[in-house]
Amino acid sequence: MAETSIDWNERLSTSVRSIAPSGIRKFFDIAAKMEDVISLGVGEPDFVTPWPIRESCIYGLEQGYTSYTANRGLIELRQEIANMYAREYDLHYAPDTDILVTVGVSEAMDLAMRALLEPGDEVLIPEPCYVSYAACTTLAGGVPVAVPAKLENEFRITAAELEQYVTPKTKVLLIGYPNNPTGAIMTRQDFEQIADFAEQHDLIVISDEIYGALTYGDEPHACFAAMPRMQERTVLLNGFSKAYAMTGWRIGYAMGNPAIIAAMTKIHQYTMLCAPVTAQVGAIEALRHGEKARLKMLHEYDRRRRLIYDGLTKLGLTCFEPKGAFYIFPDITSSGYTSDEFAEQLLQTEHVALVPGTAFGACGEGHVRCSYATSIDKISEALTRIEHFLKHHKK
Amino acid sequence: MRELLELLEQDARRPVSELAPILKKSEYEVEQDIKKLEKDKVILAYNTLIDWEKFGDDHVTAMIEVNLTPEREVGFDAIAERIYRFDEVRTVYLMSGSFDLMVIIEGKSLREVANFVAKRLSTIDGVTATRSHFMLKPYKKDGVIIHDEERDRRLVVSP
Repeated sequence: MAETSIDWNERLSTSVRSIAPSGIRKFFDIAAKMEDVISLGVGEPDFVTPWPIRESCIYGLEQGYTSYTANRGLIELRQEIANMYAREYDLHYAPDTDILVTVGVSEAMDLAMRALLEPGDEVLIPEPCYVSYAACTTLAGGVPVAVPAKLENEFRITAAELEQYVTPKTKVLLIGYPNNPTGAIMTRQDFEQIADFAEQHDLIVISDEIYGALTYGDEPHACFAAMPRMQERTVLLNGFSKAYAMTGWRIGYAMGNPAIIAAMTKIHQYTMLCAPVTAQVGAIEALRHGEKARLKMLHEYDRRRRLIYDGLTKLGLTCFEPKGAFYIFPDITSSGYTSDEFAEQLLQTEHVALVPGTAFGACGEGHVRCSYATSIDKISEALTRIEHFLKHHKK
Repeated sequence: MRELLELLEQDARRPVSELAPILKKSEYEVEQDIKKLEKDKVILAYNTLIDWEKFGDDHVTAMIEVNLTPEREVGFDAIAERIYRFDEVRTVYLMSGSFDLMVIIEGKSLREVANFVAKRLSTIDGVTATRSHFMLKPYKKDGVIIHDEERDRRLVVSP
């Protein structure tokens, strides 16, 4: 665009100016110019949405499902979501009042923050965590307070760690397990002390459980709202992106007390109106008939998880065995590089893309996030390249 | 063992060094497991799925419904064997329904396949009728979509 006399930067709101753009952009730009990149940097499934879901959406379009839906989403979808939680966690949400279908968990997160926060309210955010948590808090006028989790504790957060950061201004505790970027999970036992902590300080808990369907091993996913007495103080967020490989559909939901859901619906109806109807049709199909496809993908991730954990460990990069999501978060300090340098050097010399740990909070320094949502062949090749990198390009 | 079989069914060329960590076993253990599965004939063969058309070869594939008169004692098995021993025969299934055997034949030309059916197959004792269907275009074979246009459309890096 031609130059104007207006200094747009000056006109931007303080809150927008105060948030930093995502640190991932740089790597994206470098990688986009390379042809043989193996990417362990992708935060979404490598599977295409299972065909039965896609096919049902095509049918939906043929049937003319092209209009707005109720602000809260199709009642059939809300009913299926309620059924799933009743079945899986014995948690009961009323489809009419307790559930809001959103444009992905991202929108749900933004709505929850805007509905809850007054200027200056503090939000406790265990880090490393998904990139949007702090930004959403800031944009809603709140103050994000990072609580670093530790590798020696497999990146689970403890009440003792949270205690160090809680103040009279703390209003919300925002947790995301299974965790992006670390692959950490919280067990029911781990959550007991967090539940006590939330109760003691009378905090609202926002629990982002988008990776809840992706856990490995014997430990089933612990849903925070299913902890004793926690349903009433929890805003539970989930969606279809990861479990059913539906990232581009942008479909998620929030569940909780009717008052918070009504408040979030108010913002949603004026800003989004409703989630895309085709995505809602697909989500219904996913919940009704998607279980087999979901388990097949889960099984495939599990194989890759074991391969990459074994591979990185043999290369001498310390990591714990991830129990959820599709990420592993090795310690790369032995290479002599910072996270950012490691990611950039590895991309430049070996054409393997991954994400520096610092993109997910300052305490991610010394780590990189590797996504294993990619084929076994590619993971094997990436491990070979990383081995070569560590041999020949150590600082 | 099921996990190992599934992995090999996906890709028979997976090296043991890759299979071992996925199965959480040593490479030696995996080698022994594979040997045992081969010995027990659970693993029958390691084939390669080839798009011969793309390579430039013209093949004719025919599916032939065969009706039989079953024989005392051996039922369909003896006639089936007389059929499946021919090299031209790629696949033979005993079927329920309006015919008994599904025989899939591959040949270089229509004439070759027609000759085989007329001179070899239909003259076997016990074969009472055949109906040949010629394959026009394969879309999917053994779980593999032949001309799959789906590719990884994801951004190289995303949060």
